[in-house]
Amino acid sequence: MQESVIMKIHYGTALGAVVLVAIHILFRMTQNFSESLQYESVIANYHFLPYAIMLELILILLSVHGFNGLRVILIELKQGVGYEKAVNYGCIAGIAVLVAYGSRTILMAGFGM
Amino acid sequence: MATITPKLSDEFPLTIASSTNSVTLRISKFNPKTDSTATFVEFKVPVQKWTTVLDIILAVKQHLDPSVAVRYSCRQASCGSCGMKINGKPALACYTKISELNSNVVTVEPMNNFPILRDLAVDFTQFFSTHKKLKPYIIRDDSEVTGDTKEFLQTPKEVEEYLQFSYCIKCGLCNSACPTMATDTSFIGPQALAQAYRYIADNRDNGKKDRLKIIDDSHGIWRCHFAGSCSQVCPKGVDPAMGIQLLRGYLLGFRK
Ligand code: SF4
Ligand code: FES
Repeated sequence: MQESVIMKIHYGTALGAVVLVAIHILFRMTQNFSESLQYESVIANYHFLPYAIMLELILILLSVHGFNGLRVILIELKQGVGYEKAVNYGCIAGIAVLVAYGSRTILMAGFGM
Repeated sequence: MATITPKLSDEFPLTIASSTNSVTLRISKFNPKTDSTATFVEFKVPVQKWTTVLDIILAVKQHLDPSVAVRYSCRQASCGSCGMKINGKPALACYTKISELNSNVVTVEPMNNFPILRDLAVDFTQFFSTHKKLKPYIIRDDSEVTGDTKEFLQTPKEVEEYLQFSYCIKCGLCNSACPTMATDTSFIGPQALAQAYRYIADNRDNGKKDRLKIIDDSHGIWRCHFAGSCSQVCPKGVDPAMGIQLLRGYLLGFRK
């Protein structure tokens, strides 16, 4: 993939995450903050489908943005064909693992497993 | 510490009898073939109001230590040869007056982010090869000079688009100040990126596609974090940081 395409995704995911995390924080304000962190309130969020979808989107956006940021830091730190290939594939694997694990949590909480 | 004593007979401007002030010049000495670390040698040198850092280095070279390796040519900020770190900041030695340093101690070191050849002389091989890679010339199918000496006229506004960026003297100070270049040895660097913009912004040029392809690389334009130190140290007011942002506009679709 061309670097400009990757960086457009990087900027896009940052903007998307800022908007969704802001909505997520605003939702905390609908009730008392400590109350919003109670077990029942958190589980209720997962049971509300649009909210669960938003959490999933935040997870994807932050994973992609975060791991691409890590990739950039790592390739600026050290260079070499093999090393850079390992960093690229490692970061793709990192995104996949993090999204899979986070999605599992969202699904399990959503379906009350 | 070695000292230069002013003598009337010397033709060197530093050594005229009216000399009143003196500074300590600390020169970083390093030979990668024999030394493991750089050492500083100190000299006491007389200075005038107009004395430049290059003047005192050459005075030391002439009178005290001929082994000091330093690159220079024009002595008027035109050739880009005498870039070095002066009191920690990349600058042209011939363009930096002692009086503007506000210090009695002048420390000169080789530029960062370049391999050291010896003392203050650094290796520009990679610098020039990256510059060349970006095709720093007008690309078009028809030649500018034909049998009847054809011209490609430009309006002052069209010239304005790139003029500032054409002042680059390839001194390397911007690359030396760049924090990305300090860790990413494959980074294209502010100098070459600014030159890519210089030619892309020139309406006589048709090489935009080629150059954008070269800079749109994992060690290309996106590795600039806009620290802006390149523009701060540029002695010719080129502003490579701005050139890089304008260049990004093409890749993000803000500029055509
Ligand atoms: S852009 Fe400025 S600092 Fe960089 S090489 Fe050109 S003249 Fe020197
Ligand atoms: S000697 Fe030419 S720029 Fe300094």
